[in-house]
Amino acid sequence: MSLRITLAVALRVLRQLRHDPRTLVLVLVIPCMLEVILQQLFGRDSPTFQQVGTPLLGLFPFVTMFLVTSITMLRERTAGTLERLMTMPLHKVDLLAGYGIAFGLLAVLQATLVSALAFRVLGLDVSGPKWLVVALAVGNAVLGSTLGLFVSAFAQTEFQAVQFMPAVVFPQILLCGLFVAREDMATWLRVISIFLPLTYAYDALARTADDQLDARFALDVAVVTSCVVLAVALGAATLRRRTD
Amino acid sequence: MTAPAIRVQGLRVVRGGVPVLPGLSCEVAAGSVTGLLGPSGSGKSTLIRAIVGVQKVAGGSVEVLGHPAGSPSLRTRVGYMTQSPSIYGDLTVVENLAFFARVAGQPGATADRALEDVALGAHGHQLVASLSGGERARVSLAVALLARPELLVLDEPTVGLDPLLRRDLWELFHRLATRGSTLLVSSHVMDEADRCDALLLLREGQLLAEGTPTELRERTNEPDLDAAFLRLVETVR
Repeated sequence: MSLRITLAVALRVLRQLRHDPRTLVLVLVIPCMLEVILQQLFGRDSPTFQQVGTPLLGLFPFVTMFLVTSITMLRERTAGTLERLMTMPLHKVDLLAGYGIAFGLLAVLQATLVSALAFRVLGLDVSGPKWLVVALAVGNAVLGSTLGLFVSAFAQTEFQAVQFMPAVVFPQILLCGLFVAREDMATWLRVISIFLPLTYAYDALARTADDQLDARFALDVAVVTSCVVLAVALGAATLRRRTD
Repeated sequence: MTAPAIRVQGLRVVRGGVPVLPGLSCEVAAGSVTGLLGPSGSGKSTLIRAIVGVQKVAGGSVEVLGHPAGSPSLRTRVGYMTQSPSIYGDLTVVENLAFFARVAGQPGATADRALEDVALGAHGHQLVASLSGGERARVSLAVALLARPELLVLDEPTVGLDPLLRRDLWELFHRLATRGSTLLVSSHVMDEADRCDALLLLREGQLLAEGTPTELRERTNEPDLDAAFLRLVETVR
């Protein structure tokens, strides 16, 4: 593993984003727009907005980075740049870490922007520390990125890659406890939700909103972190130097 | 006689149940510009991918600069240009070269030199996506040249280029060989064969012939290499 190469990859991905201002604007503006819609839909002081606003804010980066990373990585595979890099002195982890850093930084920007809007303008309130919401959002972005990298190996076209979003992301959002508390779910759904990383990502955000930074919160963070490590390992396993 | 830069023995590659290379053996002399010629689908790219170590292999051995193909120690010593330009369309030419130079551990100045080598100095700040196909191929070639590797493996580097540029690139290839590099250059155009020191003629995954252009002419009694190739195909039948 080489820091020089990792940073080279991160810088390159950021430069690619800079040349694509439309994507950049979409990544930054869409979460803000959705947060505004949410506030207008339920009303500034409604318990629903207060309850849903924070978790949603922390889950946006997960969704965005999942999509952006899986497409970027797919392009790397189909354009032959991955094959070229595999003949060069680059370690697989350099590539994955470089992607993680670049999209992590983008997530910092995204989460900071939408948090500033939600907390300062839209009247969203949390009992726990606000910086922790941003930090969790960035962590979720890295989780999204690593999962996106992993699933990109199973897509041959960008059409397929886009379909992985409803396939991999939507069920997790439905089952994480945001719409229906996990205690109220049918048993089989609750059992499934135990194995989905977003369940823990959501729980950590909900606990931050309620200022319940207890042992369960620590477990949530530990599970999400382990899922990132696992996804990186699985992602690295899909990056083969030799292919057919 | 120095050891060959590439030694392929009984190389077998199967793709989708079909043997693409049923058992190929050949050598590339160190310091030569060797042409890998054959029609589209003859297995040129597969052989090249096996040499740079990215092709799954079913049998046989490929030795490059004294090491098994794909060895980590070769990754700084071998330059590879894929058939379709493997560069980032959403970056400028200079940004592409700067990235690959960093990965290869080369100082930024090598990027300028590589850009001059392929005569693209004027296009440095253009987005790759806005370049023509030929220009993109040259950026891709420049990336392979970055590290001034001991072995350069180029998959159809001159396809679609105008004759003047093609001549310049072949001169560049020979200059690089004079400086001590070995070049393996694939092409499906026979008129490029004459520019090579040695030839490997491939057809349907089999080595049809190897030798210098002069040797092939003498063997087939054909002054024209295109005709010599045809004669060889017919003799095999």
